[in-house]
Amino acid sequence: MTWARKILRVNLTSGTVKEEALNMEWAADYIGQRGLGTRYLVEETDPKCDALGPDNKLIFATGPLTGTTVSTGGRYSVITKSPLTGAIACSNSGGFIGAELKSAGWDMIIFEGKSSSPVYLHVQNEVAKLVSAEDLWGKSVWETDKLLHEKHKDPQTRIAAVGRSAESGCLYAAVINDLHRAAGRSGVGTVMASKNLKALVVRGTRGVGNIKDPVRFMNSVAEQKQVLAENAVTGQGLPALGTQVLMNVINEVGALPSRNMQDNQFDGAGNISGEAMLEPRASDGKPNLTTNAACFGCTIACGRISTIDKTHFSVENKPEYWGNSGGLEYEAAWAMGADTGVDDLDAITYTNFVCNEDGFDPISFGATVAAAMELFELGAITTDQTDGVELKFGSAKALTWCADQVATGAGFGRDLGLGSKRLCEKYGHPDLSMTVKGQEFPAYDPRGIQGMGLTYATSNRGACHLRSYTVASEILGIPEKTDPLVSEGKAGLVKAFQDATAAVDSMGICVFTTFAWTLDNMAPQIDAACEGDWTVERLGEAGERIWNLERDYNNKAGMTGADDTLPKRLLKDAAKTGPAEGRVCDLDKMLPEYYELRGWTSGGEVTDDIRQKLSLPA
Amino acid sequence: MQRSLYIDPDKCTGCLQCEMACSYENEGVFNPSKSRIKVFTFHDEGRFVPYTCTQCDEAWCLHACPVEAITMNKSTGAMEVSESVCVGCKVCTIACPFGTVNYSQDTGKVVKCDLCGGDPKCASACPTSAITYVDADATGLDKMRAWAAKTDSANTAN
Repeated sequence: MTWARKILRVNLTSGTVKEEALNMEWAADYIGQRGLGTRYLVEETDPKCDALGPDNKLIFATGPLTGTTVSTGGRYSVITKSPLTGAIACSNSGGFIGAELKSAGWDMIIFEGKSSSPVYLHVQNEVAKLVSAEDLWGKSVWETDKLLHEKHKDPQTRIAAVGRSAESGCLYAAVINDLHRAAGRSGVGTVMASKNLKALVVRGTRGVGNIKDPVRFMNSVAEQKQVLAENAVTGQGLPALGTQVLMNVINEVGALPSRNMQDNQFDGAGNISGEAMLEPRASDGKPNLTTNAACFGCTIACGRISTIDKTHFSVENKPEYWGNSGGLEYEAAWAMGADTGVDDLDAITYTNFVCNEDGFDPISFGATVAAAMELFELGAITTDQTDGVELKFGSAKALTWCADQVATGAGFGRDLGLGSKRLCEKYGHPDLSMTVKGQEFPAYDPRGIQGMGLTYATSNRGACHLRSYTVASEILGIPEKTDPLVSEGKAGLVKAFQDATAAVDSMGICVFTTFAWTLDNMAPQIDAACEGDWTVERLGEAGERIWNLERDYNNKAGMTGADDTLPKRLLKDAAKTGPAEGRVCDLDKMLPEYYELRGWTSGGEVTDDIRQKLSLPA
Repeated sequence: MQRSLYIDPDKCTGCLQCEMACSYENEGVFNPSKSRIKVFTFHDEGRFVPYTCTQCDEAWCLHACPVEAITMNKSTGAMEVSESVCVGCKVCTIACPFGTVNYSQDTGKVVKCDLCGGDPKCASACPTSAITYVDADATGLDKMRAWAAKTDSANTAN
C-alpha cells in the first residue's frame, strides 16, 4: 500500500456509479496520479476523440503518497484530452480534496460519457452518487462551494467545481478546489463542464494507513521535512514570498517577458513582486499579503492569502471582494501583470480572485489578454469588439474588464476564451500567439533561459514550465548551475528534469519539493510506505515511461515533431535588453539532440524499440 | 516539571501535519477526522487556528463523569480517559465548555487529548512551531519576549 486499490467509475450518460479494483500491475509501472491516470486514459480513449465530446474521459487521480504525512502529500491530478491543445492534459492541484478522496477510500475517479442534465458527484466514504445540479448551473465556483457546504452541513466536506467560464466554453477553464486551488491548465474544467458535471463533493473519514514499514516511514518523513526546512528556497524564500520570490530575480536576468513577449524585461516588475505584496498600502496600512498558507500536509506553505485595497477601482462598492482569498502566484502575476504591461498589484490580485471565482487559468488568460492588446494596438481589434474599452498595454481597467468578461463568457469574453492561438488566427495575425501546441507560455523568456525553450517546445501538454523546470538549474543553481544563455547540454538537462518530474507528479507530492529534494530524498519515503522496492532508478525509469506514454498519446492524436516549435518572435527577434540582449532561443540546436537522447525518430515519434524497452502499450 | 501545549495561531499555515500526527499516534491511520487537535480555517479573515484540550486543572469533564473514567495523569497533568471504564454516556462532552472531548461512534467511548503520555506528536510534527510543548508555568514566555523586544530602550529612564 498505500494505494486504496479502488477506482470509482462514473458513467454520466447512464448515471451509474461502479467500484472497480485498481490495476496494481499498472500501479507498479506508472506509480499513481499523473502516470497511472494517463495509463487508464490511453487504454480507454481514442487520442483522436473530440475533447469536448462524450468519448473523452475525465480522470481525477491521487498518488500513493496522497493523504499520508509525507510533506506536500495532498496532490491530485486531472487527466483528460485537452480542448485547448488537442494533446494530453494533466493538471495538478493541491488544497485538500485529493487527500479527502483518498481518505474516503478511492485512488481515482473516472468520469465517462455525458450527463443529459447538470449533476454533481457526492462521495461519502464508500457511498457515491450523482445528484442533480440544475440549481448550481450558472453559478460561480465560490457560490457553488457555498451552496454545497450549506446543503451538506459537514464543514470538512471538500469541493471541486467549475465556474461560469467553463460553462460558457472558455477553452482554458480550470477545476477549482477548496475555493482557490486549481487544476489550472489546458482546459480540464472545460471538459468537466462539457460533461454537464458541475462539481465533485467529497467527505472521507476512513483515513490512509497500511504503511509498509511504519517506523522507517515516520523516521524518513521527519528527516526529509527537516531537509525542506533547512533549504533556503523551501525553508525561507517560498514561505516568505511564495513563488513570487521569482519576479525580481527573473527580471534581473532578462527573462521576464513583457507586452506579449515583445520585451524580455518589465519596468514595473518591482510593483507586482513578492516584496511589493508585503508593503503596507496607503489606504489602510495593511499589506496585500495577510499570511502564507499550506496545502494538505505541506511543510513549505508557499500559498498566498491576500486582500485587495478596498478603495481600489476594481472592488469599489463590491464588498464581496473585500475579504481574504488566494493571492498571486508568480506565473499568474507575470501573465496578468508583466505580460499585459500592468503593474497595478490590486488590479491583478482582483483578476486573480476572479480566475478562482469563476474557474479559469490565469496564465492562459493573461497571455491571451496580452495578445489581444497587441492586436488592438495594431488595429486588428478595435473598440467595436470591446464595447468601447481601449485594450492597451498597461491598462489595469482593460485587464479587469477582460477578466469580468471571461468569467461569464459575455461579449468579447467569448473571443478571449478561445485562447491566444485561436484569437490571433481569428484576427489575422497567427504569428502573434505566444503558444506551443495552442497553450500559452508561462513566465520565462526562452531567449534568456535557453533550456526553457526546449522545455516549452517539447512539453507534452503545450507550453508549460512545470514539465521540466530547468530554471532551477539555469538560474537558481539547483541541483547544479548551468549557464542560462548557453544551449549546449540543455537537451540532456531537459530530459532529466522531464523524467524526474513525471515521477514526482505521480507519487502524490508537490514538484516544489524539488528545490530541496531529488529522487534520492523521495525514494526512501515511498519505499517505506508502499509495497515493492522503490529505488531512485525505478522512479527514474517510471518517469521516463510516463513521459513516453504521454508523447505516444500525442503522436497518436496526430502531433509530430513539427509541433515541437516556438513562435517566430522567440526564434528570430533578439532579446532587447539585459543579460540576454541580442539572443534568440537556439531551439534548432537543442531539438535534434533531444530526440536522439529520447531514442525517438528524427521526426519526434516514439519508436517500437522504446515501447519495448519501457514496456509501453503498442 | 509539568508542560503544556502552547498554541500560537499566527504561526499556523493550516497544513494539518498536527492532525495527521495525532490520528496516527492514537488510531494508527493518517486521518484528520480522527484527530484530537483540530485546525480551523477562517478563510475570509485569512486565519488558521489549531485548537485542542488545555487540560483544565479543575476539569469539568472529570467532575461530570459518573463512572470516574477520567483521571488526571500526575506526571503530565493530562486528563485521561480510561477506555475500559468509559460507558460512552457523553456527559463529559456536554460539560466541557470548549468542546474538546468528543464521542467516537466507532468505539462507543469518548476521546480527548492525553498529551501522548508526555510527548505530544502534534507539537513535534508542526513545521512552524505554532504548536509547542513548554513549561506549564511559563506558557507566556515567548509572548513576553516578543513584547520585550518591541520596547524602546531610548525612552528608558536612567
